[in-house]
Amino acid sequence: MAEFEPKIIAFCCNWCTYAAADIAGTSRIHYPANVRIVRVMCSGMVDPIYILKAFEMGADGVLVAGCHEADCHYLNGPLKCDAMFEKLKKVVNVLGLEEERLRREMIAAAEAPIFAELIEEMVKQLKKLGPSPFRERVKV
Amino acid sequence: MEEIKVGVYICHCGLNIAGTVDVEEVARYAQGLPSVVVARDYRYMCSDPGQALIKDDIKNFGLNRVVVASCSPRMHEPTFRRACQDAGLNPYLFEHANIREHCSWVHDDRQIATEKAKDLVRAAVRRVYYHEPLEIKERPLNPNVLVVGGGIAGIQAALDIANGEHRVYLVEKEPSIGGHMAQLDRTFPTLDCSECILTPKMTEVGQHPFITLLAYSEVEEVLGSVGNFKVKVRKKARYVDEEKCTGCGVCEEKCPWKVDSEFEVGIGKRGVIYLPFAQAIPHVATIDKERCVYFLKGKCRACEKFCDAKAIDFEQEDEIIELEAGSIILTTGYDLFDAGRIPQYGYGRYDNVLTALEFERMTCAAGPTEGKILLRDGRQPESAAIIHCVGSRDENYHEYCSRVCCMYGLKYAHLIKENTQAEVYQMYIDMRCFGEGFEEFYRRVCDEGVNFIRGKVAKVTDVALTEEEQGKLIAIAEDTLLGRIVRVPVDMVILCPALEPRSDAEDVAKLFTINRRADGFFMERHVKLDPVATATEGVFIAGCCEGPKDIPDTVAQASAAAAKALSVISRGRVVIEPTIAQVNEALCQACGRCEEICDFHAPKVISKDGVRVSSVDAALCKGCGACAVVCPTGAMSIRHSTREQINSMVEALLEV
Repeated sequence: MAEFEPKIIAFCCNWCTYAAADIAGTSRIHYPANVRIVRVMCSGMVDPIYILKAFEMGADGVLVAGCHEADCHYLNGPLKCDAMFEKLKKVVNVLGLEEERLRREMIAAAEAPIFAELIEEMVKQLKKLGPSPFRERVKV
Repeated sequence: MEEIKVGVYICHCGLNIAGTVDVEEVARYAQGLPSVVVARDYRYMCSDPGQALIKDDIKNFGLNRVVVASCSPRMHEPTFRRACQDAGLNPYLFEHANIREHCSWVHDDRQIATEKAKDLVRAAVRRVYYHEPLEIKERPLNPNVLVVGGGIAGIQAALDIANGEHRVYLVEKEPSIGGHMAQLDRTFPTLDCSECILTPKMTEVGQHPFITLLAYSEVEEVLGSVGNFKVKVRKKARYVDEEKCTGCGVCEEKCPWKVDSEFEVGIGKRGVIYLPFAQAIPHVATIDKERCVYFLKGKCRACEKFCDAKAIDFEQEDEIIELEAGSIILTTGYDLFDAGRIPQYGYGRYDNVLTALEFERMTCAAGPTEGKILLRDGRQPESAAIIHCVGSRDENYHEYCSRVCCMYGLKYAHLIKENTQAEVYQMYIDMRCFGEGFEEFYRRVCDEGVNFIRGKVAKVTDVALTEEEQGKLIAIAEDTLLGRIVRVPVDMVILCPALEPRSDAEDVAKLFTINRRADGFFMERHVKLDPVATATEGVFIAGCCEGPKDIPDTVAQASAAAAKALSVISRGRVVIEPTIAQVNEALCQACGRCEEICDFHAPKVISKDGVRVSSVDAALCKGCGACAVVCPTGAMSIRHSTREQINSMVEALLEV
């Protein structure tokens, strides 16, 4: 049987982490292809609904990544994202998903290598955890 | 509703994408997706014929949605939006899939990369289905320009704009404009005197009818956006009336208290009331409140007694000035690396270990030694070592090259040779003499009998091992050309410290919402193609705040930033981004959470025909989306980032 390949949805802020992923590209920093990036204008724009939708659809991991606090294009987006995230984490627990499946990171535009390392690390961790318990259910 | 007809275009980007992704297979796959009418692959979609493909298909197939899968939207989204617009399609009915930076360039397995590209294209096709045409409006703009930082970069940018008869506000935090360049003696490689070329420009700034100079001032708040920035500036109290002060300098002479002069980097003194240097602009005195005995102990006021102009005003207070500008140029400069951070070089411990700027003041005819190169005890040095790359090209401090040190190091060697009989040693890692006339200057200094030792200095010590070394400073390095350790006994050591980001660069970046690179300098929008723009529309950068550079490069960049700022304001109006918040009034319950979370005061609960609903001020909204997240009813949404649009992508990405 082929090795389990986790699916990760990454919501990346246009100004920082999306740009970091772009620079990973221009610098040819390779990382696992398990991630699919969804561009958002700010990490503070990520609605919990998007994250729950991703898990419902069988994502094994979800990443919300944007600017460091000081870099925010909209002043306080990361703080707003953090507040949403803290609440959502509890919901995710209640749903029976491991906490590690949901990640919140701050990655500046210049931190392309950190982005690549993070994806690598997430893939490793999710492989250990195995497929999301929600994967099967959506296939009815 | 009209039938959705999507055209999909897969770019090869030469071999950049096609080398890793099977682009024909992706196009075939796209052709089979719901709503897709036509799918093609082409070598360069951004080229004229590539764009023509899209335009022709819009006409021939009646396309009402377009997806291009190519490079990052941060690169070419505007290009393809324009192409759509040219063919009569609303530019927001376009979606960009990033299969280069996020796919072909970061994966090498052809099958995996192709599958990922298919996923990204599928998600873009699904998303574009939900796109709506958005109306692009324009509003008038304020034609003023704010320039922050009054060094040579800010001076040049301000003059370029003001000469075009646009109002410039030049804000400088120090009492005078001039920046680091005012402290320099002669400039490489031509050796023309820095003051002679700078001070006429400073005077021009001071007298220019289109420049409002706000020296000894700092920007405190920036609101609004391109075309209509609203800025608060704190004009610090000088305790001297600028209108009355004639800059005669009597107050400084009579001030009984003397402290180290910042301008003379500690090797000269100034009064507590002072003019930073003889050619200061504005040419008025400033009281250093922290060290003024009257402010500290309540007695003295000597300056007041001797001031004929009656300009001293101990009651003066900081003033908050509110101004408006259409665009902003940041020219905030650099700090010099603190040479004391490398203790083995002995700076601060040995008297005759100097930094470059200290030596610069020493060689300046107007400086504290009147241009004489002297040791601390007043003797002339018989030998000097110039140590390059202090804090630069060093993974413990800054990895980057500071770009100016090789050349001014050569200049110092020349000046020492010219004015003393001393032996001079250049101790360098590599000589990097890359600009106009630089290599020629290097040759000239080589011919003057300067010793070049290729090796990074490990240590400066006064522990002598031989008689010859007695009473000397010994610079120890590995000469990498000879392959052995050398000990160079000298009288004077000159350190060439790195140019580093300002200590408050982080705060300034936050104030103007721009990014910084990993090295801490301000980040340009595109390193090659948009080097003076930033991620924030209407905010430009020039000079050493963007990275170390010499005077010619700084001036060129400042003029470039001025041209960019002028191109923003000369248009006379600015596009209002339509990608902002909108309220579905039928769903809004006027709870006010949107109003609470917004940092820009864009949404407000108002009474509309007797019904309380939230309303968004389009001029204030930045489209960050925080209000939509907290809206409990879903009444608030962000145009072009709607729930349907983002959820449809998530679904499409995961359904296979």
